Amino acid sequence: MAFGPHLLLATLEGLVTSAVLALMALGLSLVFGVMRVVNVAHGEFFMLGAVLAWAVTATLGGNPAIGFLAALVISPLIVGAVALLAEQVVLKRLNYNPEATIVATIGLLYIIQQLALTFYGPDARPVAAPFNYRISLPWFGYSGYKLSIVAASAVLLIATWFVLTRTRIGLVMRATQYDSETAQAFGIPVERVYAGVFALGAMLAAVAAVLIVPISQAHYLMGLDPLLLSFIVVIIGGLGSLRGTVVAALLIGVSDGVISVFFSPTLAKIIATLVVAMVLVFRPQGLFGTARR
Amino acid sequence: MSSFIRKSITRRTALKGFGAAAGLVAGPGFVRYSQAQSSEPIRIGFQAHRTGIGASYGRWYERTTNAAVKAVNDAGGINGRQVEVIVEDDGTDPGRGAEVVGKFATQHKVDVAFGTLFSHVVIGSAPAAGENKLPYYVVSEGHHVASTKLNRYVFQPGITDVKSQIQAVAPWIAANAGKKVTQIFPDFAFGYDHRDYLPPALKAQGADVIAQIAIPPTESSFTKYFPQIPADTDVIYHVMVGPAVLTFVKELGEFYGSNRPQLFGFIDSLEAVDINSPGLEFLDGSHFWEGSPRYAQPDDSDAQKAYRAAVGIDENGASVDDPKDVSTAAHMFGCWETLYVIKKAMEDSGYQSRDDAGKLVEATEALTEFAEGPEHPQGPKTFNGKIHQCFGIQNISKLEGGRLNVVHKTSIEDGMYEPEGDYTTQPL
Repeated sequence: MAFGPHLLLATLEGLVTSAVLALMALGLSLVFGVMRVVNVAHGEFFMLGAVLAWAVTATLGGNPAIGFLAALVISPLIVGAVALLAEQVVLKRLNYNPEATIVATIGLLYIIQQLALTFYGPDARPVAAPFNYRISLPWFGYSGYKLSIVAASAVLLIATWFVLTRTRIGLVMRATQYDSETAQAFGIPVERVYAGVFALGAMLAAVAAVLIVPISQAHYLMGLDPLLLSFIVVIIGGLGSLRGTVVAALLIGVSDGVISVFFSPTLAKIIATLVVAMVLVFRPQGLFGTARR
Repeated sequence: MSSFIRKSITRRTALKGFGAAAGLVAGPGFVRYSQAQSSEPIRIGFQAHRTGIGASYGRWYERTTNAAVKAVNDAGGINGRQVEVIVEDDGTDPGRGAEVVGKFATQHKVDVAFGTLFSHVVIGSAPAAGENKLPYYVVSEGHHVASTKLNRYVFQPGITDVKSQIQAVAPWIAANAGKKVTQIFPDFAFGYDHRDYLPPALKAQGADVIAQIAIPPTESSFTKYFPQIPADTDVIYHVMVGPAVLTFVKELGEFYGSNRPQLFGFIDSLEAVDINSPGLEFLDGSHFWEGSPRYAQPDDSDAQKAYRAAVGIDENGASVDDPKDVSTAAHMFGCWETLYVIKKAMEDSGYQSRDDAGKLVEATEALTEFAEGPEHPQGPKTFNGKIHQCFGIQNISKLEGGRLNVVHKTSIEDGMYEPEGDYTTQPL
């Protein structure tokens, strides 16, 4: 394949990865930014989103597009409810202690994963894409659905940005992130904000999963790799920074696509990890993060 | 951190922890078994891939094994003793695999270990079988047993190995599919067998492997690998395993559309996957290797029909209870046949207890032929005791009209090769 088309394919693949990664990492970043909780179970919310998408489409049957749209609404809602429950039952009772919550979310990771294994089983199950359109380029074909993921992700990111910067809820969230004690002193119900943010973070992961599941199938172990990549993105972008998360997701996703296509996927992972190490050494707050006060 | 610890571990929680630990020790896995008497059942430790990337195979290996054990027991068992299967999940992980084999030997005190499929798990577990002198009958199809690089306690008498399979099907590929072949295979032991043995086998037929693409076994997206396929490829030879196989084929379809090279796949790429899943139309007209045909064939023997009924698969190779639950028919027959080999070897050696493990190994090595029939429904086989490996016929099937039809059967001789070593010279 000639260099031009080759690069085009690499970029397309990278954009799809970035789109999903940005949504997922944004959830992780919000939870850390506002609550200072490192949510190790974030990948399992992603997996749960995919598994529920399968359950919804399998239950509804019929037209794949209707099933998919239903999954896009129902699956994040259920995942959000599960996250809310976990927040109320576990994180709140640990007073959001940073060390304790890491251990607790590791526990949560295993609980969700094993429950999925028990009730969903160890198989990878497909979810039909809402539409099957093959974009036929002169050099190769590409899935139209994959490109629609990029568009959907962009819309969702803009919506999240809008909520964070232009609405009262966003203002309250930012105030809590900036200084939770002062926010509480001003009458902001910090614990309710925490609960909402944790659920929102999980829902973003679930949406990302529903978008990706028609091209990668639902499997109970699928949460691990995206979790790792999300941490990489969040560290590079700066914890709690929306702009940083999106830029870092693009950087990691597209470079992963290009390096994977031209060299090897393993090299792409090596380089991403190396970049994280460099960022941690030279700019620990991340590219767009502000240093902790 | 310290405040967390102080807060959490009270006397009560500590007591609960001790209680739970005590419960675990008393649990079923830790029951001490008394020394097996001759009326006790023969105990077979089944190392199953219940979870991890091999789970679909594991489920069907377990069903096949249960069906075979039932058949053996209904017919009076082995040496008059009933057969009992003890299942342990290895998570399709080599490290846990070795632990499972160790547990079989020291804790469950089984007579033989059995049933492993994934090659990296076999390679990881084989030393544990050797150290414990526990006869270990795998159903893996990797070449590692026949390479004589494992040890004297490891056997593969129920399924042919990849080297033999490739050698048998290569002439058909070169004659019918094309001369320039690009290989796509998983980046671990099983894939390396394909990587290493296909090029010489094709070379002998005047065809060439022009590119080899290794894909990590946990990969979930494949499009990025496809540009490495040279444009002048006649045939893509694909053999993939794991949960993402369906994605692999779908993305290959999106990449090529209707204008694709010939495809020759090992059915491993689609084991346990419904061939009529959306996105797989692109495979129509392509060819597959099958160890044993998934779909019932017009010339199926009575033994084959009885075997399919016993395991519980329908005309389409899916579970009779759930047509969406597609079997791993091309491989799982190996569990059935291996169990009958164990039976034969135990009867030949007058096996009584673990003290007879050496006799059992020698009796297995002395076997030479398995006739086609109810015990060997896939077909006749020969067995080479020096390399602990059986040889049999292979099927090449064409995907047409939504089912796989066998278009060519190789002979046993097509897959024979010179032994690379001799296990029987190793001490018992």
